[in-house]
Amino acid sequence: MISVPVSVQLLLPSVLFLIGLLGVLIRRNVIFMLMAMEIMLNAAGLVFIIGSSLWKQADGQVMVIFILAMAAAEVAVGLALILQVFQMHKTVDVDQLQELKDERERG
Amino acid sequence: MNIIFYLSAVVAIYCTLRAVFHKHAVHALLYLIVSLLAVAVVFFVLGAPFLAALEVIIYAGAIMVLFVFVVMMLNRGEAAIQQEKAWLQFSTWAWPAVFVLLLFAEWLYLLFYQPPAVAPVGGNQSIMPQQVGEALFTRYLLGVEMAAMLLMAGVIGAYHIGKQKQRNYHRYLEEEENLRSTASEKQTQQVI
Repeated sequence: MISVPVSVQLLLPSVLFLIGLLGVLIRRNVIFMLMAMEIMLNAAGLVFIIGSSLWKQADGQVMVIFILAMAAAEVAVGLALILQVFQMHKTVDVDQLQELKDERERG
Repeated sequence: MNIIFYLSAVVAIYCTLRAVFHKHAVHALLYLIVSLLAVAVVFFVLGAPFLAALEVIIYAGAIMVLFVFVVMMLNRGEAAIQQEKAWLQFSTWAWPAVFVLLLFAEWLYLLFYQPPAVAPVGGNQSIMPQQVGEALFTRYLLGVEMAAMLLMAGVIGAYHIGKQKQRNYHRYLEEEENLRSTASEKQTQQVI
């Protein structure tokens, strides 16, 4: 197995997580935001894997399987929502989607 | 093995950056798939062969294919790329990038100046699929059942949300629909 220091191993998921966070912050297209969320979930799974391999416990890998199932369900519902929103408003820009906002404050 | 870890880490970070900053949605998705494959290699090197296979099959396979389908259904061609170009200006991402870099600096400090004190001896060890399966179907059996129900709810929810509104193909039915909608509008106006 590899002999990389633990801090360096944990650096990879933290960088991936921060890139995903940056993606959620800077993008206005909903699909890209969902993609960035997937990146963040994946980074969290990577931390679980590192922990499970360091402690030689299978529990971390079980957690990653649950994360995978959750991500699959979330993507299915999220993409269906995006399709519906696109049919209603003809846009995927999050700034345009303000149906729930009060009429007076809409700018 | 170490060199494989570093190589795939570099590939994963580069491709994720490209995926986040790319203007073309399909290209960004392809970069994301490459990044997920690189992460799968990292899983394998870290001693999780089962999860590496699942990452390739479920993440890079199933979930990303779903994304590709939706992107193709929404695709508006050149106009979308121009719009993304207009949205992704330096002034848009400069401040978020600064804050994220700040967070990264804090993270670096935590990782290297106060490293995790409880790291066990022996380093990384591989865990075979047998152990994962054993844990999954004994201690985490309830979790498996709940994940199954979550997936079921996800499928049903996606079906109902994604369902198109029923169209009426007969004139008479259309008129009836219009009457009903105007009546309901009146009702809501009265309520207001």
